[in-house]
Amino acid sequence: MDSISIDGAYIYFRIPIFGGINVTQTMLSLLVVTVLLSVIGCLLGKNLQKRPGKLQVLTEKGVTVLMDLVSSTMGAHNVGWTPYIGTIFLSSLFGSLIGTTGFLRSATADLTVPLTWGVMTSLIIWYQTIKRSGVKGWLKGFAEPISVMLPMNIVSEIAQPVAMAFRHFGNVAGGGVLNSILYTALGLLSTTVIGLLSKTVVVPLILIALSVFLILRGVKKGKLIFKILGGASCTLGLAGLLQYTGLLKDIPIFQYGIPAVLSVYFDLFSGFVQAFVFSLLSMVYISGACPPPETNKTK
Amino acid sequence: MEYNIYFLKACCAIAAAICMGIGSIAPALGEGHAVSKALEGMARQPEAANDLRTNMIIGCAVTETTGIYALLISFLILFAVNV
Repeated sequence: MDSISIDGAYIYFRIPIFGGINVTQTMLSLLVVTVLLSVIGCLLGKNLQKRPGKLQVLTEKGVTVLMDLVSSTMGAHNVGWTPYIGTIFLSSLFGSLIGTTGFLRSATADLTVPLTWGVMTSLIIWYQTIKRSGVKGWLKGFAEPISVMLPMNIVSEIAQPVAMAFRHFGNVAGGGVLNSILYTALGLLSTTVIGLLSKTVVVPLILIALSVFLILRGVKKGKLIFKILGGASCTLGLAGLLQYTGLLKDIPIFQYGIPAVLSVYFDLFSGFVQAFVFSLLSMVYISGACPPPETNKTK
Repeated sequence: MEYNIYFLKACCAIAAAICMGIGSIAPALGEGHAVSKALEGMARQPEAANDLRTNMIIGCAVTETTGIYALLISFLILFAVNV
């Protein structure tokens, strides 16, 4: 019986400065994501024309959607934050999706990456507050309604990036762990089922005969469900026969396809939603620190 | 007192199950409430359905956070405790 092992990012080597910096899988994934996004961005932004082609229309549409989202969430005076929000959104989305390529680890499945983004957002908020009201005003803001609230305000200020980071990290990493648990469980199931089937030679032969019957019937009546059932029974029968004759041992029949259903939810849907939520929360927090200018004469 | 390693492993499994079971009650209730309200709004104003759906998904993802914390803690109990 094989056991489940959950590992963090693999450390490739150490750079021996500042007490040792570990170069991990996460860094490689993030580097790939960064280079990919930069190259795609440069290629899309190159040779823009007055009469746009198909690609340029699509790009402009995407940028417009992003700018509309930012201006509707943060107010029209904050459209200048669009590049930052877009960078975080795209890095998070591609950092989650790069795990589905199979040979790179998801960059956001490491706590350091979302935590860095959260701290970046916090630093921007602090910088904006200090720029607006000075260091004194910033420090005064911690004792806002009454001075008794000081510890609570400090805790909430620290908890804000941490909560954002843990939400993102937990979703991606939890999805990966659940996937590997399901994969191991299905492996055990297929080993058990094939072991039961291959005790005698009769059962696999019966299954193959049944599958031939089912497929013929499905072809005659034109129904898909009979063909699918026939295919499944044929697979089981062949696996049992191979196991009985000793040609191929322990074929992982259940591990094909079934974990993909869970992966679609956890990697694709959840990765997209978490990237969106992360950038949306950044927008809300930053727009709280950048209120609209009071001397607005353009109305 | 001497501890058996299997006894400790079983304790970890039970603790993870309790953590996940209790920790998923509140997010489930909250998400159900959010979705029911959003559906009410969609039924009353079908023209606002797209907006409501987007906001509902974001709200669900934020509400899910506490459940995710419980999941992380139970993973820690299951896999990070090396006895």
